[in-house]
Amino acid sequence: MSGRLRWRKFVSAFMLTLTGVCAVVAVSVLFFILGYLVFHGGTSLSWNFFTKLPAPVGEIGGGMANAILGSAKLLLLAALIGVPVGFLGAIYLAEFSGSSTAFVVRYAADLLNGVPSIVIGIFAYSLAVLPFKHFSTLAGGFALGLMMIPITLRSTEEFLRSVPNALREGAMALGASKWRTISSVIVPAAYRGILTAVLLAFARVAGETAPLLFTALGNRFWSPGWNQPTASLPAMIYSYAQAPYEDWHRQAWAAGLVLLVLILAINIIARAILARGAAVPRS
Amino acid sequence: MATTTTTVPSAGPVVGSRSFLQKLREGDEIARLITFLFAASVVLITIWLVFVLWQQSVLPRHKFGLAFLYTRVWDPIFDQFGALTFIYGTLVTAAVALLIAVPLGIGAAIFLAELAPPRLSDTLEFFIDLLAAVPSVIYGLLGVFIIAPLMREHIAPALKSVLGFLPLFQGPCYGLSFLTAGMVLAIMIIPYIISVSREVLLSVPRDQREAALAVGSTRWESTWKVVVPFARSGIMGSIFLALARALGETVAVAMVIGNNPTISASLFSPGYSIAAVIANEFTEATGDLHLQSLIELGLLLFVLTFILNGLARLMIVLTAQRGSGMGNA
Repeated sequence: MSGRLRWRKFVSAFMLTLTGVCAVVAVSVLFFILGYLVFHGGTSLSWNFFTKLPAPVGEIGGGMANAILGSAKLLLLAALIGVPVGFLGAIYLAEFSGSSTAFVVRYAADLLNGVPSIVIGIFAYSLAVLPFKHFSTLAGGFALGLMMIPITLRSTEEFLRSVPNALREGAMALGASKWRTISSVIVPAAYRGILTAVLLAFARVAGETAPLLFTALGNRFWSPGWNQPTASLPAMIYSYAQAPYEDWHRQAWAAGLVLLVLILAINIIARAILARGAAVPRS
Repeated sequence: MATTTTTVPSAGPVVGSRSFLQKLREGDEIARLITFLFAASVVLITIWLVFVLWQQSVLPRHKFGLAFLYTRVWDPIFDQFGALTFIYGTLVTAAVALLIAVPLGIGAAIFLAELAPPRLSDTLEFFIDLLAAVPSVIYGLLGVFIIAPLMREHIAPALKSVLGFLPLFQGPCYGLSFLTAGMVLAIMIIPYIISVSREVLLSVPRDQREAALAVGSTRWESTWKVVVPFARSGIMGSIFLALARALGETVAVAMVIGNNPTISASLFSPGYSIAAVIANEFTEATGDLHLQSLIELGLLLFVLTFILNGLARLMIVLTAQRGSGMGNA
């Protein structure tokens, strides 16, 4: 083997190893994040965290019960807006529309998906806070719902399109109307994919902080109603991590752990649902 | 004109085997209409968003014009607003993030697409997807309590002792800085670069690799000189996507950049970014001009990410088409 060839082989082996190192480094970040959160957050997590209100400034203890409930309310609102619009819009794109209309809608959805979340916050502020002159849970849910729409729409459409045409033709041949075909053949055939899409969109907005900062604002107490400001887990982490109190930092870690476990769990469940669906025969 | 239209009887509804009324009864037309309304609402929302940003930032646009983009003063008391400091902070942190994330991300993508057996590649991709799902506030949390102290104690002194002669690495480092924000952003955007680049690399036709290997290139040479150039525009697309995300990232940056409006050559100095200033000042804006200036910053962010996302998508589509075109030929 000539020296030149040996050198080339060495470079090849070296660079390929390096790419492996890059991959290991990139993936290990996930385990670092999990490890730190479990290490710092695990010790601060107690029953009080889930049941108590935040303690007054200066006092040790308390929990984030109001933020947990607040997040749940915001996500419920987000799902009420994001899922119907995304799902029905996707049905139109996949089953009814011509290619040019579909292009416009898809383009708009991609554009909306790429909008920085803080800008979504500004939009929701102008629409749902400014006219009513106060911050509210509704405005926060609206902002998150807006973010859910394009994610749900695009992936639901993909899954509807992946339903084999033979199924559509079979239903039509039996004399079913288009709507009947969609509702009792196509959507059931794609339901795993759709469920995955919705869950992933849900997980994505569950951790969003920026759009909530000036819509749902935040609250140290139970939110008195849907049109009043509410606390939420991400916003709580954001403000607690920047506060100068040691005890608040511990609580921020605990909240981070809860939030991350929730989001990763939804992600894993969503992917598991999809993976099992892949076993369905295609033709 | 009017006479010709009246002579033609309305033949529309009876075209086809089923009449319009029948379709209506079966629900087809209603379903079509309802789903259309929802699909159209997506377009409407997007247009509305642009309209709101434009219309709500009219005051500073009239008062400052283009000077808004290149003035440094941001003074709510005297109603003077210029965005240069924030633009600078956003661009510097994004640049640092790309410098770290691009080599690492592309390296990892090459490993996943070219080297790893499919099973391993899929497993690692699963972890990468999970990493992409970690919310930004968690990255911010880690940035504040892990990376910032690490920067203050170890990274900054090390950089100073090796590269201290560069103006980039001079001055004291208190932990919260351009560099810290850039590093946090880098960690956040790596998963995006990896996922998209891996897809793009996998779409490169097999015969490209085989041809390179057949003429005697090593595995690395076939990857670096044939596969990667083939996928170049798609990889650029993944970088643009990541850049768009880095520019728009808010809370993680706001937590670690120091929120201090300075323009400094040193990466150790604290700074401020467009998204961070919106997040911090929006609820406390002192007047209409202040609020609208913040909204104009939002508009600027929107335009930047719009351009980058558009370019990115175009480039990824181009590579995918090239791949499938070659495959068929």
